[in-house]
Amino acid sequence: MDHGRFFGASRVVIVAGKGGVGKTTVSAVMARAAARTGLSSLIVEVEGKSGLASMFDVRPLAYDEMDLAEADGTTGAIRARTLTPDDALLEYLREHGLGRLSKRLVSSGALDMVATAIPGIRDILVLGKVKQLERAARTDHEPDLIVLDAPAAGHAITFLQSARALADAVKVGPINAQATDVLELLTDPSRCQVVLVTLPEETPVNELVDTAFSLEDRVGVSLGPVVVNGLYPTRPGIDADPRAAADEAGTSLRPGEAEQLTEAAEFRRHRTDLQAEQLERLAQRLPLPQLRLPYLFEADLGLAELDALADELLAGIDALPDLEPTAASKDR
Amino acid sequence: MSSEALVELVGSSEIIICCGSGGVGKTTVAAALAQHAARTGRRAVVVTIDPAKRLADALGLEGIGNEPVRIEGDFDGELWAVMLDTKSTFDAIVTRYAADGDQAERILGNRFYRNISGALSGTQEYMAMEKLYELRSEGHFDLVVVDTPPTRHALDFIDAPRRLTRFLDHRLYRVITAPTRGVMKAVNAAAQTFIRGVSRVVGSDVFDDAIAFFQAFDGMEEGFKERARHVLDLLNDRHTAFVLVASPRRDTVEEARFFADKLGESGLPVRALIVNRMHPRFGSGRPEAHRERAHTLAGTPLGELYANLADFTLVAAREEEHLEGLADQVAPAPVVRVPFLRSDVHDLAGLDEVGTHLFAG
Repeated sequence: MDHGRFFGASRVVIVAGKGGVGKTTVSAVMARAAARTGLSSLIVEVEGKSGLASMFDVRPLAYDEMDLAEADGTTGAIRARTLTPDDALLEYLREHGLGRLSKRLVSSGALDMVATAIPGIRDILVLGKVKQLERAARTDHEPDLIVLDAPAAGHAITFLQSARALADAVKVGPINAQATDVLELLTDPSRCQVVLVTLPEETPVNELVDTAFSLEDRVGVSLGPVVVNGLYPTRPGIDADPRAAADEAGTSLRPGEAEQLTEAAEFRRHRTDLQAEQLERLAQRLPLPQLRLPYLFEADLGLAELDALADELLAGIDALPDLEPTAASKDR
Repeated sequence: MSSEALVELVGSSEIIICCGSGGVGKTTVAAALAQHAARTGRRAVVVTIDPAKRLADALGLEGIGNEPVRIEGDFDGELWAVMLDTKSTFDAIVTRYAADGDQAERILGNRFYRNISGALSGTQEYMAMEKLYELRSEGHFDLVVVDTPPTRHALDFIDAPRRLTRFLDHRLYRVITAPTRGVMKAVNAAAQTFIRGVSRVVGSDVFDDAIAFFQAFDGMEEGFKERARHVLDLLNDRHTAFVLVASPRRDTVEEARFFADKLGESGLPVRALIVNRMHPRFGSGRPEAHRERAHTLAGTPLGELYANLADFTLVAAREEEHLEGLADQVAPAPVVRVPFLRSDVHDLAGLDEVGTHLFAG
């Protein structure tokens, strides 16, 4: 699939998955890959803590947008911001004529109480703000892409479900309007897609499949390709016997080294086999295209590593069939 | 050495709370700790948090409910498991503290209550602590191991009892419930403005439900607050141990340090650090030396073999580097390393394998 077409499918991409599978990494890699395609992006982080800053080597994110990488010739800009529920609630109250009270609301703890008294309101306010960002982006023609680094899987379902739940629970008033608008965004495949991330391991794969069906059934959101993160790159040749290989190369091994080489090779083979098994299982249980990202042995994630992963992602996109992403439920 | 300390901890604690960020294997560790306790003759129960059915995964069991289920196995003691059901736990406390069946029914049937009891953020954390208290007070168990929820805000569960107390003590809450107490006059102007404002924003039907809920709740606050205080005391008890679970990746280690900080601030020290998913070490050679060999031998099978060895020695060295600061931070707590296992844990044998690394490593 053409890169421009892939990233042009919907402006909002929600990256979701179980904790520890690399949602933030995938969000950053998506933005980096989009940038290489000449598109600008905004990464939105909702938990108030994020590894993005250290990946891009910048100061910690804040509520105000900041540059992660500037536009450069053919490369698009990458910006990022946090969008915590508390910030979103304050902004919402200001916009609804409760601005004068909002400071006192915070200091008295009443804000906490409002949020506690209305289930889902924190989530809907965050999503409402994302919707607002999307609307502004349509007018300004940028950013081309809004990447939402979503809360971990269990929470992701409640998070995205909050719109439908509130639209049902609150029949009138601004909250209803907000929920209805958010639901419209979430269920419109030309505006919003969810990209689920997993590791090639059994439990995360199970959870991804459950999340995928829940999101489709209960939220009605459209699913893009799934991203499988952390695959060991294959190393052809590690099946060789170290001693024979040393003879062949005309060299000798230090004491104990043959065993280390063998054990390390065996470990890699075993994990690679397990990973292949899980990829296969995922493909069987979830008829969505897979994009695969390699495990990086060399170093912690920095700009160079993000670029290497972006290359892999773009190569994966090249290999995707040139079709509209299909909903998993249609094939079930 | 470090494993001995963990054996001692599991042998002497009455409550163990496993915390850490999502995906590091908290559930598995919690279950393995409880299983070890059961093997050594204690009556242990592990409490886990529903959504992902993770304990069921880890124990190879389906359908564990909100009440403890005994797990059969070769134990000198007993192993039990509970899957926390936030809503049923909340319902049970309401029923317990209601003056009569009527009041309980009014609350349980209230739409506002039905919304908050299952979905409210923070409720899950509070109910996990509540369950812990309930199991501890029943007296059947020597050890309760709790797997904490993968919360958005890492340590919400510590704050949960305090938050509920704050909520019930709040001036606005008292204002809302005031009409039944006949002190409506005391409502100040700011509060009235606030109530009108909120009502305008959320719609009056939600607000009416909320008021009906708070009114139905009237008279139960003391019971709830008392209970929250007991739960809080339990967290601070000297027989309660916090075990931090992490993986050796840079980001999860950073998060673990944050957890350790927060626990420390609350006066709750980390009593053990368990690091899951460690890459194995193959020999003590330096990664650079292996990489160099791979380079000179590039294109040959031996070159590939060295490149592979370099890959893993590099990762292992980096993981140890990440852990250094964290280990210092939680000292003198023991640090126990668990390697990548041959496969995911989904039965008692798998838990035993984890146990071997935890307690005999």
